[in-house]
Amino acid sequence: MSSAARAEAAEASGAFSDRDQQREACDLGMWVFLTTETLFFGVLFFGYLMARLRFPEAFAAAGRHTDFALGTINTAVLLTSSLAMALAVRAAAIRRRRWAVLLLGATLTLGVAFLVIKGFEYRAEYLQHLVPGADFRFDAAQRDAAQLFFWLYFVMTGIHAIHLAIGIVVIGVVAARLAFGGFALQSPLSVEMAGLYWHFVDVVWIFIYPCLYLIARS
Amino acid sequence: MTLWSWLSTHDHKRIALLYAISITAFFFIGGAAATLMRIELATPAGDVVSAETYNKLFTMHGVIMVWFFLIPSIPATLGNFLVPLMIGARDLAFPRLNLTSWYLYVAGGLFTLAALLLGGVDTGWTFYTPFSTLYSNTHVIAVVTGVFIAGFSSILTGLNFIVTIHKLRAPGLTWFRLPLFIWAHYATSVILVLATPVLAMTLTLLGIERLFHVGIFDPALGGDPLLFQHLFWFYSHPAVYIMILPAMGIVSEIIACFSRNPVFGYRSMAYAIIAIAGIGFLVWGHHMFVSGQAVYAGMIFSLLSFVVAIPSAIKVFNWTATLYKGTISFEAPMLYALGFVGLFMFGGLSGLFLAALALDVHLTDTYFVVAHFHYIMVGGSVSAYLGGIHFWWPKITGRMYPPKWAQFAAVLLFLGFNFTFFPQYLLGVEGMPRRYHEYAPEFQTLHVLSSAGAVILAIGYLLPLVYLTWSLTRGRKASANPWGATGLEWTVPSPPPVENFGETPIVTQEPYAYPPHAVSGGARRAAST
Ligand SMILES: [Cu+2]
Repeated sequence: MSSAARAEAAEASGAFSDRDQQREACDLGMWVFLTTETLFFGVLFFGYLMARLRFPEAFAAAGRHTDFALGTINTAVLLTSSLAMALAVRAAAIRRRRWAVLLLGATLTLGVAFLVIKGFEYRAEYLQHLVPGADFRFDAAQRDAAQLFFWLYFVMTGIHAIHLAIGIVVIGVVAARLAFGGFALQSPLSVEMAGLYWHFVDVVWIFIYPCLYLIARS
Repeated sequence: MTLWSWLSTHDHKRIALLYAISITAFFFIGGAAATLMRIELATPAGDVVSAETYNKLFTMHGVIMVWFFLIPSIPATLGNFLVPLMIGARDLAFPRLNLTSWYLYVAGGLFTLAALLLGGVDTGWTFYTPFSTLYSNTHVIAVVTGVFIAGFSSILTGLNFIVTIHKLRAPGLTWFRLPLFIWAHYATSVILVLATPVLAMTLTLLGIERLFHVGIFDPALGGDPLLFQHLFWFYSHPAVYIMILPAMGIVSEIIACFSRNPVFGYRSMAYAIIAIAGIGFLVWGHHMFVSGQAVYAGMIFSLLSFVVAIPSAIKVFNWTATLYKGTISFEAPMLYALGFVGLFMFGGLSGLFLAALALDVHLTDTYFVVAHFHYIMVGGSVSAYLGGIHFWWPKITGRMYPPKWAQFAAVLLFLGFNFTFFPQYLLGVEGMPRRYHEYAPEFQTLHVLSSAGAVILAIGYLLPLVYLTWSLTRGRKASANPWGATGLEWTVPSPPPVENFGETPIVTQEPYAYPPHAVSGGARRAAST
């Protein structure tokens, strides 16, 4: 076979025999990926649990230094973005292109808003000397354990923020393709996949929020 | 057939070959490090390399062999090539992801290699904290980053296999008609996607801790180094099964074919694979018996480690029973497979010594451990990998290799392997610690034996490289099914066309329909309709 014919055959021989099969496969693939992500974040929560069990008082004291108001506002922002995302998935499924683009845009904007608020939070914590390793200041008796808490705080929220940023890029690409490329056959599928990912990142925050912001304040 | 057509291919068969070439390169780099170590250990004095260099050598050997050879070895090459062919699919579910996974592997590999060559790392492949985070002044972060990147290549391969095996099986190919090779790759993929992210995050935390000198592993600041060990072994014990389960799949295919018998106890073989993968997630603590975990935790981990021996023993029993009253022929793949069964059994049984709490106190961190895991990973996995390469070589390349040379190499490998590693069991029992570059003179005889064996082993590895390469152009042309084997991959031409199957096959028969039980000849199933 000539190389041209080979390439053509390879192009034609997508692994799937029909759209249903492709949809099911992408669905399963995404869920497997999210399972992987769950274990990825699982390590953080496990580490948090272990440290908290060792230093319950210091963690409570340090937890009260997180910004409750901004954390709560951000939770609301993210939940609203998830609502917009869910509606976007629905809009794409019933082939309302304009609505889908608008709702994806709303999701994206709320995602960016979350990151901006988070940035202000980080800035305040930096000014209050709560960044581990960089002139960390805390009540001397609890300093090391509190530093551990804030180390976990920055790592957990930081890795979450990276995931969120990736989600923003993905949604941006999907929305741009929908807006400028028109409605393709696989558009509902790609919106749905982006949606699954976005909801996952949201759910991770739903676990981070009580661990870092709420528990100490009960 | 330009280079670019290979580097941009989405064909699972070509990606498998890309992987095969890259892991072979890494195998010989890792092997070179081992060679230097065996030369150093020929005499009790540390005279060839310094202690620091020796530490870097065993780290390089471990990191490269584990993450850049053993983990991807069978799944990413033979698995990549054969999974779609064995289930009657045109490709893996996500061909582009498959190519991405290879690029990630290469990127991680080059990154690691550069770090190892530019100065190296002396932590051992286990990266234990706080040594890796606080005390080591070598390139820890660079190597850890390389392993992290390669981890994502593993995850993508596993994800692709899971979806492919679930969704792309040919009509009629039910779960209990799947070849055991597929079962093994399914279980392996589940481990890949569940365990690898834990390693990835653990290494991330290690890196951050090393950069900022604060973190949850640092005991000086309230962290817990045992936590690192728990997380590391939560991945690294199942990683052993990433290496051995696909090997078991290969061996089942080969033994059935060359004894002309269906695999004895097919269903129990499939369940045993799943059981090993499942229980394998619950035994990691046996690496930490002497590192200060709770004594009750130690007891439970010990008990569960013994429990894994049961499904493993079922497999060995069934392979033996498959041979019973078979028409056995000792082609090269069969020699490798039989070698696997023996070495795996030996390595597995020595694992029980280590799983016993009291005995482990004496044996831990000695050459006994080194011998044990080399019997499993090298004697087991690498033998099976080479057996698989020899078994499917005609299918992959369309050429036959010189059979006498291949049989000779298989026997040589088996002898060389035992010659190299059996003395290490004795060294361990006598108390020689691992990772030392000098030792007391009374250990010299056994060390010299081991180094001499390594020479034979090295020839056993180089020979196939020579005659297999030779066969690519000079070998006899292979028919579609030179071994008279069952399985869909043997129903297509050798090498298979790009689209694998002209028409989707329909499967109507049970797996391994070898005579005398087969109704018709050796063909298993699936005339395409
Ligand atoms: Cu283990």
